[in-house]
Amino acid sequence: MQPWLHAYAALGVDAKSLILPRRGSSIPARLYLLAPSDALVLYNLLTQVTPTLNTMETLLQQIVNGLVVGSVYALVALGYTMVYGILGLINFAHGDVLMVGALVALQVAAYLQNTWPGLGTTAILLISLGAAVPVCMLMGYTIERAAYRRLRNAPRLAPLITAIGMSFLLQTLAMIIWGRAYHSFPPLFPTAPLQPIEGVFITPVQVTILVASAVLMVALVLLVNKTSLGRAMRATAENHRVASLMGVDTNKIISTTFIIGSGLAAVAGVMISSNYGVAHYSMGFMPGLKAFTAAVLGGIGNLGGAMVGGIVLGLVESIGAGYIEQLSFGLLNSSYQDIFAFVILGIVLIFRPTGLLGERVSDRA
Amino acid sequence: MSIVLLEAKNISKRFGGIQALSDVSLTIRKGEVYGLIGPNGAGKTTFFNVLTGAYTPDQGEFVFAGTELPTGKPHLVVERGIARTFQNIRLFREMTALENVMAGHHIRTDSSLFGILLQNRHTREEERLITERAYELLRYVGIERFADTLSRNLSYGDQRRLEIARALATEPQLLALDEPAAGMNATETAQLRDLIETIRHDGVTVLLIEHDVKLVMGLCDRVAVLDFGKKIAEDVPAVVQKNQAVIEAYLGGGHHAH
Repeated sequence: MQPWLHAYAALGVDAKSLILPRRGSSIPARLYLLAPSDALVLYNLLTQVTPTLNTMETLLQQIVNGLVVGSVYALVALGYTMVYGILGLINFAHGDVLMVGALVALQVAAYLQNTWPGLGTTAILLISLGAAVPVCMLMGYTIERAAYRRLRNAPRLAPLITAIGMSFLLQTLAMIIWGRAYHSFPPLFPTAPLQPIEGVFITPVQVTILVASAVLMVALVLLVNKTSLGRAMRATAENHRVASLMGVDTNKIISTTFIIGSGLAAVAGVMISSNYGVAHYSMGFMPGLKAFTAAVLGGIGNLGGAMVGGIVLGLVESIGAGYIEQLSFGLLNSSYQDIFAFVILGIVLIFRPTGLLGERVSDRA
Repeated sequence: MSIVLLEAKNISKRFGGIQALSDVSLTIRKGEVYGLIGPNGAGKTTFFNVLTGAYTPDQGEFVFAGTELPTGKPHLVVERGIARTFQNIRLFREMTALENVMAGHHIRTDSSLFGILLQNRHTREEERLITERAYELLRYVGIERFADTLSRNLSYGDQRRLEIARALATEPQLLALDEPAAGMNATETAQLRDLIETIRHDGVTVLLIEHDVKLVMGLCDRVAVLDFGKKIAEDVPAVVQKNQAVIEAYLGGGHHAH
């Protein structure tokens, strides 16, 4: 055997499958020693994928999956892009707010299920969401107030490093509170998938994700464009000093921005955990990074861009994951789907750093 | 007519080695148009910035309508009733003319995030009133037809008018105009003059920084002259015009070490 095959074997990849791709085989056969959560995540992902590739159903199925994943990315990306638009700061702790949202919801749901066994799943979902959202909002507010505000006039690198530190801090705190284990998230949705088109499946969780994301995004766009608060946010984003000289309490607006973004992240966290059935202390990292990519792809600082970027990234990733095996002649399988996000990030940063819709690369001091 | 609206008491502000304002005191009465003039670099805009809370003075205080003004918190100054325009136009460029004026009204709204999310009657009613009021103000300054134009696409003169409308939207008692006629042609300046007269007539006190001596002398009830951060004169225009120190400051008296 070639030495590199040993390396693959050590990573848990069936080396033979790399040499002799079995056409039309289902992907799970090649997944071995992955972390339980990853296996679960992938299992969930893959069970939503019809086993035969290269058919119309497969493509449609991947589009559905892509839209679902993409709308979650979009929700999280909105938080990145709003904060960037107003402060010029990449809030790397944003992904971890999502994680806290999922774990708080999990905690509350578990408590409710133990205390009132008769309580319906919808009620449990709404109550745990109702707990997770305010907790995350408070956390977003606190993060800005405690860590970023005093660095408002510091060189740009200082808040950026602080944001990364804040991300580690939140993960560590979550690890202390909830441990390193992967918690299984209670199934709060009916599990039987719907079949809108023959051979294309969509679960009730996924339907909820699509609808809820769409509603939240529309609401946010209306808030920013049609309300007094939204005008103050846009004014602050354009120029803090002038906004405050025109009577806008910019600190309050910045706090509100963090509060709104964190609320959206909490919803996204609960959605992700409901969809994949797990929650753990580092679950925010990858969605956070993907959502950041989505925000950059769409044009960071631009709300529409975050939505478009999220959806496009979700689609590319999902469709890519479905066909990566053929594309790479069997060398890579769908566990490499993260490649797409970061290849896209690289390409965007090289060729169109302002993103798809972005015209404004902030040059504020 | 002689109720004091704003009293500046011994205001000083230093930037590094430059004493931008030194011990400036002045009194603005309710209902007047008060001019602040002086050569370039005399400290006029610094005075504005200190007054509106953009800078904190090193020394001195402002008493406005009987109570001391907060420093370093511009939005609280606006709330108290002082609004300003900028020497270099500073509109919200990505917003329409109407939205700019509505943004100016933000301080007079109490729309909380909660109210907005609920879209309760109070919030909706408030939004309707703000919109109405904004149209009114655009009409007042004469640019209503550009309500839906992005402010960056307005002509220079209209941008200046929009800044005034935005400042008026904060419902000020004192309107501080920083060189509003800068870059305007004769017709535009004449229209501006009419507008300022109207504003004063409608009960808003005006503080005017201006280079256009003719405009200042024709419009202002009283004028203060700053030179090198010091107030060198304060009186009615006719008297100030004849003041020897003022003439020297403008023409270069030779006794300043440049």
